[in-house]
Amino acid sequence: MTIAQDAPVRTRFPKLGLGGGDGRARQVALTLGWATVGAAGATAIPGPVESLRRLGTLLWYPFYDLGPNDKGIGRQLALSLQRVGIGFFFASLVGIPLGLFIGANRRAWMAINPVVQMLRPVSPLAWFPIWLVVFRDNSQAAILVIFMTALWPTVLNTAAGAGSIPENQRRVAAVFKFGRLAYLRHILVPSIVTGLRLSMGIAWMVIVAVEMLSSGTGIGFFVWNSYNADDMPSVLASVLIIGAVGLLLDLGFLRLAKAVSLGKAT
Amino acid sequence: MLKVTDLHKSFPDPKRRTTQHVLRGVDLEVHPGQFCCLIGHSGCGKSTPQHHGRARCTRPGAGHPRRVGGHRAGPDRAMVFQGYSLLPRMSLLANVREAARAARPNRTKAENDAVVERYLRAVGLWEAKDKRPAQVSGGMAQRAAVARAFAVQPRVLLLDEPFGALDALTRRKLQAELMDLWQHEEVETEMVVMVTHGIEEAVSLADTIVIMGNPPGPSVVSVMDVALPRSRIELEGAQGIAHRAAQQQLLGYLEIPAA
Repeated sequence: MTIAQDAPVRTRFPKLGLGGGDGRARQVALTLGWATVGAAGATAIPGPVESLRRLGTLLWYPFYDLGPNDKGIGRQLALSLQRVGIGFFFASLVGIPLGLFIGANRRAWMAINPVVQMLRPVSPLAWFPIWLVVFRDNSQAAILVIFMTALWPTVLNTAAGAGSIPENQRRVAAVFKFGRLAYLRHILVPSIVTGLRLSMGIAWMVIVAVEMLSSGTGIGFFVWNSYNADDMPSVLASVLIIGAVGLLLDLGFLRLAKAVSLGKAT
Repeated sequence: MLKVTDLHKSFPDPKRRTTQHVLRGVDLEVHPGQFCCLIGHSGCGKSTPQHHGRARCTRPGAGHPRRVGGHRAGPDRAMVFQGYSLLPRMSLLANVREAARAARPNRTKAENDAVVERYLRAVGLWEAKDKRPAQVSGGMAQRAAVARAFAVQPRVLLLDEPFGALDALTRRKLQAELMDLWQHEEVETEMVVMVTHGIEEAVSLADTIVIMGNPPGPSVVSVMDVALPRSRIELEGAQGIAHRAAQQQLLGYLEIPAA
């Protein structure tokens, strides 16, 4: 909280780092490695050809619905995304105001921080049985787990972001008489949106685990179900899909951060 | 006219349980068309009147800065800071546009854009308008800050050691640009109040120089008028001598042995 100068420590939001290095060489190495492992393990782990073919099949029929244990990958993804979305939304609804409050108020920070620090290391999955007992519903319990997952990072990052707004940015806001809205849009939101992006990343990782436990629907369940059915190509294909969706979510937040902070949305 | 009468300001010093009297009765008068410099040693409190005047970040103990004269719509003052204080995640254009929009909410979008473009062009930054502050040099960043202040079209322009962080060549250039802007553009800004510790800067730019002293003496040691034509950067002959004489006089007030 002692940043005095404007010269920003980090001038732009961190890039994803996809463009760096020799992309083609990396791809070839990765695929060769995978193929070798697949061959060495004889049948246990399928190679890239088989997995990618399965990926194609899965994506070709995304929305079929043949009963509770057999749904298309698109349906499963939609369910997972919906849970993440709802949980994340409510975590932001609670976490951002709470974070702003404790970021601006030293005593509130002292009061709340120990509680947050104690609850934060508890794996969100540990709460799952509790919420199952409370709600008696897989889906609602999963949403609550996501809520708790996203809540702590949102609170802490928002507090850190709001608390570390440099003095000279506040002065600019004071001199040029920024209204509440302008202050929010140009100074406060850009400083907290990075925290939201991190929360979203964690939420997407946890939903897979929750759904593996909850055995019902969702992409995590799909992975677990495929494993139980000894369908390893589907497992590997799902891993690729989960990665791609996570990447898209992250990109979306990067876009959002840029749109907000450059003042383009006028 | 900008008039400050008997302005006091103290900061408590909790460690030594004393009070630091930073401003000890400051009287100040700036007339329309005047460029006023506040000069003094570090810690004499020369920035404090501005800090009070601009945004009530610090409240005065007693006394009041007051603008006397007709009212006009729009804000009274805008400020250029020593550290450029541009918002780091916005382009230069957005920095100027959003500040002007916040300070002048009654302008239409088109009016605001026109003013913003005019001043960004005036400081030679229109080509670089989409760059972010970190992507440009210190001189360019400070030019953007100057454009931002002018784009508000304030009656009083406050400058707090605006060129202190720049190298000598850039500083000289920006000083000339500032004077050009203020004098030749059709600006609404009537008065400029600049805080500086540069003797040369004060003598080259100001019409009137307020010399401030350290505690426990009085805050305002003396007020000195500089009656020289503008654009003093390249003064020759008799005027050049008068210019140097003014510098010597100022050095005397500040109790610095003349070189």
